[in-house]
Amino acid sequence: MGLSIAVCIKPVPDPKHYDKIKIDPVKKTVVREGISTILNPCDKHALEAALQLRGSDGAVTVITMAPPNAEETLREALAMGADAAILLTDRAFAGADTWATSYTLASGLKKAGPFDIIFTGTESADGATTQVPAQLAEWMDWPHLWNAVTVEQTGEQTLKVRTKAENEWSDYQVTLPCLLAMSRESNKPRLTSLMGVMKAKKKPLTVWCRPDLDVDDAALGMKGSPTQPGAIFEPEMGRKGILISGDVDEIAAQLVEKLRTAGLAIETGDVCAPGGGNV
Amino acid sequence: MQFFQFTEEQEMLRKAVREFVDAEVAPKAKEWDENDVCPVELWPLMGELGLCGVFVPEEYGGAGLGHTERAIVLEEISRHSAGLGIALMTHHLGTAAILYYGNEEQKKKYLPDLCSGKKVGGLSVTEPGGGSDFMGQKSTGELKDAKWVLNGRKCFITNSHIADVDVWTVITGQDEKGRPVMTAFIIDGDAEGHTPGRKEHKLGLRGSVTGDVICNNVVVGPEQMLQKLGAGAKIAMTTIQEVGRAGMSAICVGILRGCIEEAVKFSNERILYGKPLNKLQAIQFMIAENRVEYEAAKLLTYRATGMKDAGLPCATEFAIAKYYSTEASVRCAKRTMDSMGGYGIVNEYPVGRFLRDGLASIPSGGTSQVQLLITAGATIAGK
Repeated sequence: MGLSIAVCIKPVPDPKHYDKIKIDPVKKTVVREGISTILNPCDKHALEAALQLRGSDGAVTVITMAPPNAEETLREALAMGADAAILLTDRAFAGADTWATSYTLASGLKKAGPFDIIFTGTESADGATTQVPAQLAEWMDWPHLWNAVTVEQTGEQTLKVRTKAENEWSDYQVTLPCLLAMSRESNKPRLTSLMGVMKAKKKPLTVWCRPDLDVDDAALGMKGSPTQPGAIFEPEMGRKGILISGDVDEIAAQLVEKLRTAGLAIETGDVCAPGGGNV
Repeated sequence: MQFFQFTEEQEMLRKAVREFVDAEVAPKAKEWDENDVCPVELWPLMGELGLCGVFVPEEYGGAGLGHTERAIVLEEISRHSAGLGIALMTHHLGTAAILYYGNEEQKKKYLPDLCSGKKVGGLSVTEPGGGSDFMGQKSTGELKDAKWVLNGRKCFITNSHIADVDVWTVITGQDEKGRPVMTAFIIDGDAEGHTPGRKEHKLGLRGSVTGDVICNNVVVGPEQMLQKLGAGAKIAMTTIQEVGRAGMSAICVGILRGCIEEAVKFSNERILYGKPLNKLQAIQFMIAENRVEYEAAKLLTYRATGMKDAGLPCATEFAIAKYYSTEASVRCAKRTMDSMGGYGIVNEYPVGRFLRDGLASIPSGGTSQVQLLITAGATIAGK
């Protein structure tokens, strides 16, 4: 019997269009409309780990909680090699923080399961909170490991997992089921083949809305999100030109003073000015 | 009139190819151009991704798609490396000749390795006497002891030094009116007497190998003949017309898009008179002209590939697309250089390469004048 694996993925704004991203000043959320999305880069490592572990008789299901146009991202994951996809989408889910997101994902995973392993990326490229993997594992009541770099199946129900911290790594023997958040260093995600693209359209993609899930409405979306962002504003990024006049030594001295005032420490005597004097 | 739009699958496919290009082509394109080397080591990966056999049915190891998808692949690759674009394009030429004119045994023998990228394909037609003087070829095939003995020299052959499977045209006799009879053969690259000759030092499309290929008493069995005796002219002409010119058009659509993207990027970043360059109308006009030419070339190219996929006659449409796309790529690259001022001639930027690649694309698959003759002939005949 092969492993039944779920991979949580997320469509995130394409970094090429970060300059177009706006923040809704009232809802304090990212305005995603009109911004093209990509599959969260970290999630590709999670999917690659799942595909490598799947073997010939396992199955990989990708799942996301997102607006309806996330079908495109799910199709991309199917083209990479996943077997099935689930989209959790409903206005009731909108505006969710990591708590409400992980709750909704857990509800979908419980309905779609049982799974042996849930893979996630360590973080999303937009929010980058890193909170969803741990919260999701808690909702599932499963053990979890974060920043996993290698995963090896050692028995029918056991894995050997290596995680990486800043200056060390740790090896764990993990009994299934478990949740693993995969590091960017864990693997090199495969490129999508043209054959994969064509197969993707024939693979099952299920859409579940609020009525399809056994959930508490009070725990969904913005209403169910305990996170309350403070003031959000766009920093002033304008440029201002300053004309410095004088001879070379005077200009250099003024420049150093301005840089110091701006918070840049410069030791005098380090730099030789064009006129020959040290500054 | 149908609204022109790529399908959802074609857009996904473009995105998938772009991922490959961003990872494996864009970072190395400048190096391939500078060192004039063809990245033949990419063939297995391109095979795995379905790029080598994009239009070949799945039963022969291909992706089972069409010529529109092939054009998307070539456009995306050529956005960064038209050199690799023409190398893959020529691989497709040899592959297409076998797919469309080979018998079942030949298809099963050659296509799986060509699709997987295990082998590189080529098509050798042009000779020192000229590519456009098609029937004036001097290479010969003589039947001796039930085997064909091939002799001759081909020149300006893309993939000359890397092709493992080479489709050749030779003159095998004369018909009753004394006209040359041309026949096509599949030659294994390592066949005795089949050798690469002089390697050309090209202006553009570097990153592909172009040179002579020589047959010196190469002996092949009758099972290596494509279709039948005398079918060589048709095989070579239709392959060049409908696969070669399609490829060159798509490659130049890629160059055109590269020009637009570079012009936009540069004009966004370059500050002049205290504001981005793109605030100047003179620059905006250049970008707009590039856009117009790109859109026109794209429409012409994909209209022709759509006709090819629909099984319609499309030689004239490909001649028009090839003429316009190649010439437009030169105009746009020059215009982009102009918009960049002194930076335009600095090789740190790819636009100089785009100009050289555009220029080198014009004679590949027939000069612009040849395309105009085909177009004029069809127009005058009311086709």
